[in-house]
Amino acid sequence: MNCARGMMSLVLDPESVRLLERIEIKAAGRDMESLLVSWLEEILYRVEAGGTVFGEFGIEGIEGTVASGWGWGEPLDPRKHDIRLEIKAPTYHMLELKEGEGRWTARIIFDV
Amino acid sequence: MGFSGLLREIGEYTWEIPRDPARGMRVPGVIFGDRGLLEKSDTDNALQQVVNVACLPGIVKASLAMPDIHWGYGFPIGGVAATAVEEGVVSPGGVGYDISCGVRLIKTSLSRGDVRKRLERLLDMLEAGIPKGLGSSGRISLERREIEALLTGGARELLRLGIGWEEDLDRMEEGGCYPGADPGKVSERAMKRGRNQLGTLGSGNHFIEIQVVDRAGGAAERLGLYEGQVVVMVHSGSRGLGHQVCADYIEVMGAALSGYGYEPPDRQLVCAPIRSPEGRDYLAAMACAANFAMCNREAMTHWVREAFERAFGSGTRKLGMELLYDVSHNLAKIEEHHVGEKKTPLLVHRKGATRSFPGNRPEVADIFEETGQPVIIPGDMGSCSFVLVGTEESLQKSFGSTCHGAGRAMSRKAAKKRIRGDRLKERLEEEGILVRAGHLPGLAEEAPEAYKDVEEIVKICEGAGLSRRIARTRPIAVLKG
Repeated sequence: MNCARGMMSLVLDPESVRLLERIEIKAAGRDMESLLVSWLEEILYRVEAGGTVFGEFGIEGIEGTVASGWGWGEPLDPRKHDIRLEIKAPTYHMLELKEGEGRWTARIIFDV
Repeated sequence: MGFSGLLREIGEYTWEIPRDPARGMRVPGVIFGDRGLLEKSDTDNALQQVVNVACLPGIVKASLAMPDIHWGYGFPIGGVAATAVEEGVVSPGGVGYDISCGVRLIKTSLSRGDVRKRLERLLDMLEAGIPKGLGSSGRISLERREIEALLTGGARELLRLGIGWEEDLDRMEEGGCYPGADPGKVSERAMKRGRNQLGTLGSGNHFIEIQVVDRAGGAAERLGLYEGQVVVMVHSGSRGLGHQVCADYIEVMGAALSGYGYEPPDRQLVCAPIRSPEGRDYLAAMACAANFAMCNREAMTHWVREAFERAFGSGTRKLGMELLYDVSHNLAKIEEHHVGEKKTPLLVHRKGATRSFPGNRPEVADIFEETGQPVIIPGDMGSCSFVLVGTEESLQKSFGSTCHGAGRAMSRKAAKKRIRGDRLKERLEEEGILVRAGHLPGLAEEAPEAYKDVEEIVKICEGAGLSRRIARTRPIAVLKG
């Protein structure tokens, strides 16, 4: 959820996005690392091919290595949303995912 | 001791990391560079990647690194690896996310004086005529059958849409069409990402620059380059379509890897045997992305020509706007090379490296038989870029490869911390370089000081025999994505 928000904050200012539309997002991986990469790819795809930008995300549940959740956002409007950069892809380069003290922390590097 | 401590000088501008089976290395690492460059801060991480690449099954001769080597994902940027087609592997990480990212140079018959008064207007027209990336719509929306035709047939298919010149095809690698493309191996998702992106620049380090040739020698005249001439450089790649192909096949190969009994030292370095279903499918999809990238640069060339035509009220043929050459610096190609005495088909991965063939190779069009293949090396936007030509020696030393640019000296984050985009724009304009950028903080990431000295890099390439300089160009106007 926070990884997705972090990724969006590289693309634009998430505060500039009105939360008008709720879009279901599902992702599956082979393990937790690939689940994270796949979740972020799903979002990136909706931004680039679907023309939707997001300001908020939520996870409904994770079962094994399948995650379901949602993103709130609106159609991309270049006059309103100041695009900072394009992300090519989330990568596995130095990817780190840790669980501790009841929460997950992740380090992920994007190719831009 | 870091990897730089293992380096052994074995020739002029040539260093070796000896093969160490304990590290899983199947071949040595060979790095082209000088001591100064190799002592730069992130070299050790990049050298670790040279060692990792040396572990790939079927790799022959050496895991190579060009002088602009820096830390990449899986492969180092500036990395070259050739694997035997019969028993070797293909790695999407050895090509990169931006499949067939590349550079081209368009000549003109204009001089600096001719463009001086119209430069601002010309740059405005380029900015208005060439969509950048996210948030801007491409000028062409492709029907499914059209995109499939482009992915299969490359730049020749673009001519059917009225875009490009027939004679440009001989001035592109593979004649503008990478063989073996199969759109059936490209995911629906990749197709959708690419659908509206033909002829779009993208962001990051992609640019269009109007430049002036300030030094020309050797084969320059034969290639139609001379001092004082205005030229245009375009740097872009396969956009979302290519990025998605890479991401898709990293997952496909990651899932299949255990079946092939190989555990890569880095997850970004997944691979599959070239002859396996996964390897074949990736190469067919990669070929599609390469064709898309060449079409993308050709479409932008068309609009660059249009902008010049309008700005000068003269036809583009009269303006001499011929393509000099188009190179890809992120690609894997099947080529024949000598391994020992024997000519062997190899899959040469060039990740941030440019093919640098002499004119006698069958892959090079006849028009370059005497000069060798032109190699275009972009520098940073404040200094200069270079045109080189390929050499016979590069075939022996680097599977016919040379550098691809200056290479980063500073991370994007560090550059943004130290440099302000608006001040950089002012500074460049004081130096006589007009700048248009989609996002000013993004401009800071591409500041001249964030890059190594490209002149030093090409000098080393020449010293090592990988390519030969024939012209230097300086930017006078920059359009950044």
